[in-house]
Amino acid sequence: MDLQTLWFAAVAVLWTGFLLLEGFDFGVAALLPVLGRRTPDRHLMLRSIGPLWDGNEVWLITAVGAVFAAFPGWYATWLPTLYLPFVLVLFGLIIRAVAFEWRHSHHTPAWDSSWTWVITTGSLIAALGIGAALGATTLGLPIDADGTRVGGAFAGLGWPALLGAVAVLAFSVVHGAMFLALKTDGPIRMAARAFARRWAPVASLPLLAWAGLVQLRDGTAVTAVLWLVAALAVVVAWARIRVEREGQAFAAWGTMLASAAATIFGAAYPVVVPSTVDAAFDVTIADASVSDYTLTVMTWAAGIGLPVVLGYQAWTYWVFRQRLTAEPVHEEPAEAHA
Amino acid sequence: MDVVGLDVLDLDTLDVARWQFGITTVYHFLMVPLTIGLGILVAVMHTMWVRTDKPEWLRMTRFWGRVYLINFVLGVATGLVQEFQFGLAWSEYSRFVGDVFGSLLALEALLAFFLESTFLGLWIFGWGRIPKKVHLATLWAAVVGSIVSAYFIIAANSWMQHPVGVVTDDATGRPRQVDFLAVLTNNTALAAFSHAIVAALMVAGALLVGIGLWHLRKRKLAQLPTTDTDHAVWRRSVRLGGWVSLAAFALVALTGDWQGKLMYEQQPLKMSSAEALCETEAPASFSIFAWGKLGSNECDDVHSITVPYILSYLAHGDFSTAVPGVNELQEEYSAAYGETYPDDPSFGDKAGEPIDYTPVLAVTYWSFRLMIGMGAVSAAVAAYALWATRKGRVPTSRIGVYGSLLAVAAPFVGNATGWIFTEMGRQPFVVYPNPDVPVEDQIYFFTAQAVSPGISAGEVWTSLISLTVVYGALAVVELWLLSRFVRRGVTSGDGHPTPGFTPEPPDDGDDGPDRGAPRRDRDDDVLQFAY
Repeated sequence: MDLQTLWFAAVAVLWTGFLLLEGFDFGVAALLPVLGRRTPDRHLMLRSIGPLWDGNEVWLITAVGAVFAAFPGWYATWLPTLYLPFVLVLFGLIIRAVAFEWRHSHHTPAWDSSWTWVITTGSLIAALGIGAALGATTLGLPIDADGTRVGGAFAGLGWPALLGAVAVLAFSVVHGAMFLALKTDGPIRMAARAFARRWAPVASLPLLAWAGLVQLRDGTAVTAVLWLVAALAVVVAWARIRVEREGQAFAAWGTMLASAAATIFGAAYPVVVPSTVDAAFDVTIADASVSDYTLTVMTWAAGIGLPVVLGYQAWTYWVFRQRLTAEPVHEEPAEAHA
Repeated sequence: MDVVGLDVLDLDTLDVARWQFGITTVYHFLMVPLTIGLGILVAVMHTMWVRTDKPEWLRMTRFWGRVYLINFVLGVATGLVQEFQFGLAWSEYSRFVGDVFGSLLALEALLAFFLESTFLGLWIFGWGRIPKKVHLATLWAAVVGSIVSAYFIIAANSWMQHPVGVVTDDATGRPRQVDFLAVLTNNTALAAFSHAIVAALMVAGALLVGIGLWHLRKRKLAQLPTTDTDHAVWRRSVRLGGWVSLAAFALVALTGDWQGKLMYEQQPLKMSSAEALCETEAPASFSIFAWGKLGSNECDDVHSITVPYILSYLAHGDFSTAVPGVNELQEEYSAAYGETYPDDPSFGDKAGEPIDYTPVLAVTYWSFRLMIGMGAVSAAVAAYALWATRKGRVPTSRIGVYGSLLAVAAPFVGNATGWIFTEMGRQPFVVYPNPDVPVEDQIYFFTAQAVSPGISAGEVWTSLISLTVVYGALAVVELWLLSRFVRRGVTSGDGHPTPGFTPEPPDDGDDGPDRGAPRRDRDDDVLQFAY
């Protein structure tokens, strides 16, 4: 495998990792008004993602950083073409980040519910916006031969963006419910399980449709198999949550996302920004890439750095592995069947 | 519409994008030095607690740790904008420098941001859950993450100031990286990094001094005992902050001097612009105060009060070196890089226009002086605080204590103006030509050609205005939260809280550092456990 292909795969893995991790904290945040109407439930939900969301978000920073580092031609085409949508994503991420920390710097019900509302709103905006951006960069953007946008400020927001937005949000919401079912105990666990059972089949549809469209356009036999794996994983996830095996359901739902993302990136390869104006203007990894020297340097750095990162992030998840309950106890009893 | 001499409606995409970058970056850099500096000091406090088991060190860790976290999150949130805006508004820049610049940002995320955010999460939520020493190590890991992140981003910036380790690619005409180690060990980066880290410590030191003195005075006026833990918290804060500020100031001066000597070699025009030095001088004198038409760069109309020889020393370490003036350098640069911008659409409105190689003198001159002046003010305040608290004393002077509180702002202003100087001083280039390389092989890029070609001024106006409004609102909330928290002081316990305010409830959050509080506090904090 040449270095450009390796880094395309690395970028795909980073985006997938981001969606798998931040997906559940987006989802939990989006579910706050649904499952967290009672204050102790809401606080339990926030506590379940409290130590994790910031580390999850670094996957986004790293994914965008890797796009810039390996494929500046992709970065410099994708971002300005969707200028205002990306700015909106930044707003969502900014307000939700400060809300997580500032929410508990002051103790009044109004303060608490306002910042909770901000967390939900910011997460919704960010999930929709990032979904739109990913949908657009795999299904098509209106760019000319120089990679410059054709049309006005919202020309990049066609149906591909809309499909991506809905797909990422729908995936995240059920992912969040699966996570809550796995991570908490008590009434919230039951409610989250019921929610996931009810919505998982529907919520998988936009993502499968998106992956299917990229597959139909440019797919290979391998990506076709990956798409089938994704579809099968939905069935497994749904079947396992029905019999209250939350861990297995969560894993299957994650497998669905990973397989769908692999289908999308695998089928789109080697194009990173398809042009809706003319296929001749498509930006490919060869057009967008940095030199082999720089890719080599980064391969070494990532080869050493990434396993270490994965190691300590895994340790964090291990430290905070206990199921949480609404009753605040300082030594949570460890749950064996997580 | 005329705002501070600018015709606002006339601004094109380039100008608006520059304002946006300036505003968002300066704002972001208000949080960053506090995160770095206070992070180091909180880690020191936590270490002292683990080593000595003295309750005041635990209280200090919890109190200053909370301040650190309230600020940290805003730094993270505004940092996101930084990573995106190179692509959003400066896509041509991103294409041009992609082979070097992007990898530094990616490495910053991979090697620093993960460390910082993951271990900070462990520190916040790890009180009482992980062994004491491992828990301490998590904070140090997060602090190391902040420092590593500063290194990568400064290496990226320094490459723009002094591009090394690259050649021009024949096929693309863009820089191609050939020596990554040279990029990492760029002398500009080593100097700027050490300068920024010690300057960050000055920010944290000033905060400890200002707030510590205020609490000490308040307690003394209320005749509270000077033997309890709360007193020890504020006294130790002032002493620690004061010594750190003084030591950091000495290092700021040393590293700043190093930077000055590099600037003389690498960006002589920035040096003479810092001084509004219009004609070449040997020996060159340092300007104390200048007046005249600095704003419009009319050198014939600039007057200055100067101290002889000093500029020669700053530039080259002796008292005779010639420092070239703005007028001479302007001609030199015109000869080397052209009198006018190429008549090419990629230069937008600037295509075919004459190039002014001199940055706005009013900005470079005054930001340079503010930077140095604010550093000196901080050092003076630190010296006063150490003297006023010598041998257990507590100052009650209103001017001294409130002056110190006000002076908390000084190192922030110093940091901001330092960066404004550095960035404005390299205009009109965004990538400055490296004079160590023969002119024909030099790599450089004008700011005028860096902006994204497809976006409209209206789009950038939209983001500029909305970002500024949101940032402004966040600043109000952050300052309100911080001042409220800081006035309440340390949590109630065996000591006497500072009078006049209800102390913060025993649990200062839901998850906060207080979870490590002694058992007695914990019974209360069950009720406060809000997460």
